[in-house]
Amino acid sequence: MRQLTLFLPIMFVFVCVAFPSRAFAGEISGYVAAEGRYFFNGPLFSGQKRHDASLALQPEYYHQWGSGSSFTFEPFARVDSADPERTHFDIRELNVLWLGDPWELRIGIGKVFWGVTEFVHLVDIINQTDLVENINGEDKLGQPMINLTVPADWGVIDLFVLPYFRERTFPGHKGRLRSGPEIDADRTLYESPAKEHHIDLAIRYSHTIGDWDFGIYNFNGTGREPTLLLRIGPGGNPFLVPYYEQINQTGLDVQAVKGNWLYKLEAIYRTGQGEGFFADAGGFEYTMTNILSSGMDLGLIGEWAYDERGDKATTAFQNDLMLGLRWALNDAASSNLLVGFIQDLDRHSRALKVKGSRRFGDNWLLSLDAWAFLNVSREDIIYSLRDDDYLQLQVAYYF
Amino acid sequence: MKRLSRVFILSLLIAFIFPAGLHADAPEEKGLSIAREIDRRESGYGDSTVKMLMILRNRHGQKSIRKIRIRTLEVKGDGDKSLTIFDSPRDVKGTAFLNFTHKFGDDDQWLYLPALKRVKRISAGNKSGSFMGSEFSYEDIASREVEKYTYRWIRDEMYNGQECFVVERYPVDKKNSGYTRQVTWIDKKEYRLLKVDYYDRKDSLLKTLTFSGYKKYLGRYWRADEMYMVNHQTGKSTKLVFSDYRFGTGLKKRDFTKNSLKRIH
Repeated sequence: MRQLTLFLPIMFVFVCVAFPSRAFAGEISGYVAAEGRYFFNGPLFSGQKRHDASLALQPEYYHQWGSGSSFTFEPFARVDSADPERTHFDIRELNVLWLGDPWELRIGIGKVFWGVTEFVHLVDIINQTDLVENINGEDKLGQPMINLTVPADWGVIDLFVLPYFRERTFPGHKGRLRSGPEIDADRTLYESPAKEHHIDLAIRYSHTIGDWDFGIYNFNGTGREPTLLLRIGPGGNPFLVPYYEQINQTGLDVQAVKGNWLYKLEAIYRTGQGEGFFADAGGFEYTMTNILSSGMDLGLIGEWAYDERGDKATTAFQNDLMLGLRWALNDAASSNLLVGFIQDLDRHSRALKVKGSRRFGDNWLLSLDAWAFLNVSREDIIYSLRDDDYLQLQVAYYF
Repeated sequence: MKRLSRVFILSLLIAFIFPAGLHADAPEEKGLSIAREIDRRESGYGDSTVKMLMILRNRHGQKSIRKIRIRTLEVKGDGDKSLTIFDSPRDVKGTAFLNFTHKFGDDDQWLYLPALKRVKRISAGNKSGSFMGSEFSYEDIASREVEKYTYRWIRDEMYNGQECFVVERYPVDKKNSGYTRQVTWIDKKEYRLLKVDYYDRKDSLLKTLTFSGYKKYLGRYWRADEMYMVNHQTGKSTKLVFSDYRFGTGLKKRDFTKNSLKRIH
């Protein structure tokens, strides 16, 4: 965080000097949202508050110069009634994009997403997960980066220099959806003596050939997914310490479209976090358009995720089958609903996920997000979430 | 065997005496040549940009408006590339739809979701699906390549005080199209599309599209200011209002790539 507070004014001065004219005649957009989370069961751990309500704000300032180069600033803040760890501030984006010919250079805090599957985001590695936001892993912290993109007829090369590491956020003592022994992020450990200042590197090649989209990359640096080490405090209280290893990860994502079918595959090979291991996630999405001439679309999703580490995996998806139903009404309100079911194939754990949204008027969006954890096995990494079934409603105003 | 050869000779005779095929071909050829002439007159603009208001109305007259920008790049020897960017509703601001039209086979389509910075491939079987909740389907908004249909000239008639060709067109991709046929009215003088009747897969009238406010750009290219689509079966309608047409803006191939979606605003 101290790095960020230093980075911010430097960036600001830099932008003013580099682009003095009309640097502040851009556009502002974003949202402000009120959110409530209702938990169906009482908390499992002492100190946890049962429900929570929160407010979030994410404005964005964007300016584009005539050359096509641009400046983006997108801060984010949430204030949460229950968990001080969920009350947090982040800079999602603060960067300048130079549009050269034929290259693009982005310097600053940015966000990059890689991947194709619906339930698991295996290959996505540049940005750290903002876990206090949502357990689905789709909310990310801003990542300081220098990103050079070279597009060519034979594909796109992306080079990343990542000079500063962001720690994963975890729910605190009072928050739901947390581990049994609490995580003490103040004692975070790194394999690299440079700690969060280790310079991470990544290179990615991606291309589209006919019906096929694919990308392959290599990442070398601080792993985004920590190993949680169990420690015993002075009073005999157990707690967990996040340990970030130096890893090398090679990843592949492939997507093919054939008529109404989309086929998806993500695969990684990671070394540096215990023994080298392989993990993959893949499946299909079949979309039925305009079902019964109703104008509605219905998508069927089937995915399978596998992690060679089995019980030692740092994710919950070591051998899991996922089935989903995506329903888009195609109405003026853009109403949509996704229902997902996850079955652990090694154990009896399963989970149900519901996600949907609907617009009201031109600026209001109501979203629903619900999870149920059923029959969770004691060995499962999500065992501590077994009583955290919840329903989340969010009302957002977009401007 | 004997009977078979008799049938064969009989059919040969019929074919020679009544050259039905030749006569039936004429309306098809005329339909195709009209379609080619429309295409010829529309070609050569290079690239264009336009602002569009999409006004959706339900049967109770409640309306909702989307603000959209469209960029198009002409591709020699294949269908156009287009990029559709949403400015409103605000929750989908920055959402972009990239479409590579192909003369033959399925189009390539991607959707960019700015909140996740995610580019999603869209299955090509979605032709008949609604484009962003409007009465326009993906196939209605896609670039009009001659090869996507077969044609048949039906008759000439007056429409809105203009001499018109009435041409029926039939989608080549029968499996994924939402239509059995489309009846089009084209003015004889300038070869502009004035009206389209869309017939659904049961061959009943589904939608009617009318074009109005045609203006000439660069002394050559006719563009409508308004396109109005009515769905006769649901009572819903969508009006597209175009403004600020620009041509030859210097857009290049690299502005229409999956990678370029990430810098859309």
